[in-house]
Amino acid sequence: MLRFVVRRMLVMVALLIVISMFTFAMFVLLLPNGNPAALLAGRLATPAEIHLISVRYGFDKPIYIQYIDTMKNIFTGQAYSYQSSFNVLDEIRAGMPATLSLAIGAGLIWLLVSILFGTIAAVRAGKYADRVLTVLSMIGVSMPPFFFGAILIYYVAYKANIIPIGGYVPFSQSVGGWFGHLVAPWITLSILFIGFYSRVLRSSILDSINEDYVRTARAKGLSERQVLIRHSLRNSLIPIISLWGLDFAQVIGGGAILTETVYNLHGVGELARDSIGRLDTITLMEIVILTGIAVVVIGAIVDVLVAYLDPRIRLA
Amino acid sequence: MSVISGQSPGQGPGELGEGFDAGFESEGQLPPGVGPWKLAWRRLRRNRVAMFFGFVFLLIVVVCLLAPVYSTDIAHIGPNYGNPTGTFTLNGKTQFVLSQIGIPIGPTWDIHHYFLGADDQGRDVAVRLLYGGRTSLMIGAVATLITMIIGTLLGVFAGYFRGWWDAILRSANDVVWTYPAVLLGITIGTVLNIHGIGPLHGTNALVPAVVIGFVYVPYVFRPVRGQVLTLRERDFVDAARQQGLSHWRIMTSEILPNLSSTIVVFVPLIMANSILLEAGLTYLGAGVQPPNASWGTMISDGINNDIPTAFHNVLIPGLMLVIAVMSINIFGDGLRDALDPRSKIRVAR
Repeated sequence: MLRFVVRRMLVMVALLIVISMFTFAMFVLLLPNGNPAALLAGRLATPAEIHLISVRYGFDKPIYIQYIDTMKNIFTGQAYSYQSSFNVLDEIRAGMPATLSLAIGAGLIWLLVSILFGTIAAVRAGKYADRVLTVLSMIGVSMPPFFFGAILIYYVAYKANIIPIGGYVPFSQSVGGWFGHLVAPWITLSILFIGFYSRVLRSSILDSINEDYVRTARAKGLSERQVLIRHSLRNSLIPIISLWGLDFAQVIGGGAILTETVYNLHGVGELARDSIGRLDTITLMEIVILTGIAVVVIGAIVDVLVAYLDPRIRLA
Repeated sequence: MSVISGQSPGQGPGELGEGFDAGFESEGQLPPGVGPWKLAWRRLRRNRVAMFFGFVFLLIVVVCLLAPVYSTDIAHIGPNYGNPTGTFTLNGKTQFVLSQIGIPIGPTWDIHHYFLGADDQGRDVAVRLLYGGRTSLMIGAVATLITMIIGTLLGVFAGYFRGWWDAILRSANDVVWTYPAVLLGITIGTVLNIHGIGPLHGTNALVPAVVIGFVYVPYVFRPVRGQVLTLRERDFVDAARQQGLSHWRIMTSEILPNLSSTIVVFVPLIMANSILLEAGLTYLGAGVQPPNASWGTMISDGINNDIPTAFHNVLIPGLMLVIAVMSINIFGDGLRDALDPRSKIRVAR
């Protein structure tokens, strides 16, 4: 079991290194006018000044040394944005509460609701409830989050005045305000995943009903309910939980850019969008590495969980 | 269609009936063969909902292709023609395109004048909706083509040769997969917009198409590779190898035909997601660039300028996008059910 987890972690760390190189290469090698020294020196700098700055910051060194230096700075928290000269780690830390609140709330909602919907649709396959849920999930997977967000902002916030219009209030400041500002983002982000997950779960439960272990469970006299919960559902949850791990990790790493932007949450996703607009390589790299770390850590947790659910994986 | 009663369990409804339908009176003679594609088409045709939404999507495509006709002959206004101080006559009364405080007029439901209202620059929303549809659908189609070709080629290559090539291709795909799709999309989109490769730079609508096509490659690569891994162990591939066929021949004429139904199932799925991603990237400023119209630019213009004054500018392009994407999704679902008879059993269980 431990070996399984360690091997998985090593693969993911290698992946992380490749991802950071990929990001670095894309911005540093492809951008001709992205010369950071010229940006730092300002508009009126002479070539000599630009040269001085590139020597001091190491931009004249070979590209792989620049990469290693950048990574060193990122992991010691000493990376400063060339554009805004803020400490990147501080900026990410400032956006983290909003992103974490969004991710945890929405993650729980979309996991639980899609398990509920998927199970109902599978049990009532072909009946009325299944059809209604199918239509709803079809709308869910076809809805861009910023469009749904705009609808909620216009009808529920402006017209009905039930929720506030965007923004984020820290939990420590006001619990009610925190909740009120996050309800709409949670729903918006969840809808996207509920549509997809509940359909995956539905078909995987229906597949499992033809499996031998379900026939065995029925044959030994378990009730339909027990067969469903302890055998069918338990096995069908495996793909759902693996999917959830990756999606949840990406949201923590600022992947919910559209939802964060439409609600003005000022989270990590919005920071990522702004830093791409400013061609701020360092900030973007740090965010991408954060996403990678989230994927590695949550991926490992999910693997352990899946191995717990399915002994075939644990013992292989 | 007649259905032979007393089917064996596990046979889909009508499954047996179709193949055995005609000319099966004489004993001992094999029934006339019906190809898998023809069977799938029959099953699809019987799925009323899927056919209906397939038709809706076709209708949207045709109407959007007719955008220049509507623009020049009916509305007499171009997609990028702003008219903020203009007036027009509606039912004998003079109307302002933008009110004195700059609020655009809502839908007039008059096919000749601002049928679906105006946007904040006085442009005709209906004309832009059709032109925008052309852009969005074109991006969806080109992106899907790119994804399917690259994903299938790499998937077949990796699954067939395995070994080092497989390891490299798989980790490259994992890198793209770990990156959130929207984040990767805006990163490459921004880099291409500024730097550009050949014709791919600036406001060219092919930039988002290529970016989106690239982002979704792993979604096709993974399942194709997985299927090739099992296909290459099958007897008919061994037989082809024994005959001395080249790797290329085995890949193209033995393995690829067996992948065709998987590939066909993926086309609508990727297309729906590509159109959605176009809108998302454009909303974030890394997709279609103004003043070009696309459903994405229209929604994001509406969100940025017209909440809460003229919400029709968000609602109309948004609903159009959702209807188009949903039609593709529902049709794609029906297509999958038709090509994979097992899923038919699931529903009819």
